[in-house]
Amino acid sequence: MSDKPKIAIYWCSSCGGCEEAVVDLNEAILDVVDAVDIVFWPVAMDFKYEDVRKLKDGELLASFINGGIRLSEQEEIVKLLREKSQLVFAFGSCAVMGGVPGLANMTDREGIFTRVYKEIESNDNPENRVPETETKLDGKYDLELPEFYDSVYPLDQIIPVDYYIPGCAPSPETITDAFTAILEGKLPEKGSVLSPTKSLCDTCPRKDSKPDKIEIERFVEPHRYDKLDDGRCFLEAGIICMGPATRGGCGERCINANMPCRGCYGPPNNVKDQGVRMMSALSSLIKTDEEKEIPKVIETLPDLIGPLYMYGLPSSILFRKKIK
Amino acid sequence: MTETGFEPNIIAFVCNWCSYGGADIAGSMRLKYPSNIKLIRVMCSGRVDPEFIMEAFRSGADGVMVLGCHPNDCHYIEGNYKALKRCNMLRPLLDQFNIEQDRLHLDWVSASEGEKFARVSREMNERITKLGPLNWEKAIGPIRSMEVPS
Ligand code: SF4
Ligand code: SF4
Ligand code: FES
Repeated sequence: MSDKPKIAIYWCSSCGGCEEAVVDLNEAILDVVDAVDIVFWPVAMDFKYEDVRKLKDGELLASFINGGIRLSEQEEIVKLLREKSQLVFAFGSCAVMGGVPGLANMTDREGIFTRVYKEIESNDNPENRVPETETKLDGKYDLELPEFYDSVYPLDQIIPVDYYIPGCAPSPETITDAFTAILEGKLPEKGSVLSPTKSLCDTCPRKDSKPDKIEIERFVEPHRYDKLDDGRCFLEAGIICMGPATRGGCGERCINANMPCRGCYGPPNNVKDQGVRMMSALSSLIKTDEEKEIPKVIETLPDLIGPLYMYGLPSSILFRKKIK
Repeated sequence: MTETGFEPNIIAFVCNWCSYGGADIAGSMRLKYPSNIKLIRVMCSGRVDPEFIMEAFRSGADGVMVLGCHPNDCHYIEGNYKALKRCNMLRPLLDQFNIEQDRLHLDWVSASEGEKFARVSREMNERITKLGPLNWEKAIGPIRSMEVPS
């Protein structure tokens, strides 16, 4: 047995990109692997839940958990990891805020099952069956599946979280900075997000082109705009760029690829609801003061939830759409 | 209270320089307006962060009003225009969350318009009574929250 600190990496409701991001650290991952013992990482290595149950409480230095919580199995395992870990890190936008899968909070289990198992054109499901938590097979075998919840939850609505590593996926710098801080014992106050506190606009290469006063007459969707590469602040053209309501630290990845920010690093400190913060900023750009004209400008945006809550619907103040 | 026993919970953010005075006059003139409207005094309608409105709905409000100075009368020049644009954008957003747009109402009430304050309040109360309770936390199932570990 080595006396290196033990860590675990686990995924919940996520796409796999966060796991990929760890592997993509290339040489840097070798330093990490050298410094720690990974005792649980289902995606990359063969472990059983039993191995985790056998650990002593607090035996793991840290668990890195990506993905939101949507299944009872995920809730069970993250609660187990919480017991076994001194520190829990919410890793990536989905664990931090619910992420893109969190947009499913615009519907519920029934809505999803109906669409996926009954309506999809290519389905072949004559008995209209949907997943059940308990099934009897051949009249004698009891099969059990995890329960599928009505909503997606960010990790900190299920277990206490010590630190947040934002991003979809977190950038290599964000990840290595976090690992370095852990290994060197330089972690900030608990509850911190491990990324700069200022907004993305602060470090954006396009910020100098941002006029003091932007006045827009309509909103424009990025795929309908042919000058995305003109190097100018997107907001000026009426394109929603989440920069003002998003924490910096990603390396301005989307901006550098000539795309507006969609907000994956989450809100800066002291902002509770990234979506309405951005809505507030956008509304103030509307040029007209005429009571009758304002709604016409707003109507040029066919959907508000998508652009404003692409990553943060489950961590927004309202949490989900009301179904009943 | 109505026959159905539903008395809506309405939060009104009122500007200190105008609508708050309007409410005061309505009170001293003994005009009838619903007692279930809870006033929160703010320095300007432009100070009403949409987060406050979302918090109000989440915490059990059935309706929210924002009352500010008439156009061109705002003490901070364009606070009321800010409020106007925000509320106009917030309404379709609330609609997507399945909160009826009528549950958010913006209006202009000056410090001398006690009568208007009472009328706007009564109408709001009627609209929300018709819509029925919102009951956000109960309607959407548990929102859980955890303390940061020490
Ligand atoms: S709004 Fe977007 S493009 Fe404009 S400065 Fe901010 S991050 Fe850059
Ligand atoms: S620019 Fe915005 S959406 Fe893109 S990686 Fe950075 S924070 Fe995420
Ligand atoms: S001061 Fe009354 S709305 Fe601005």
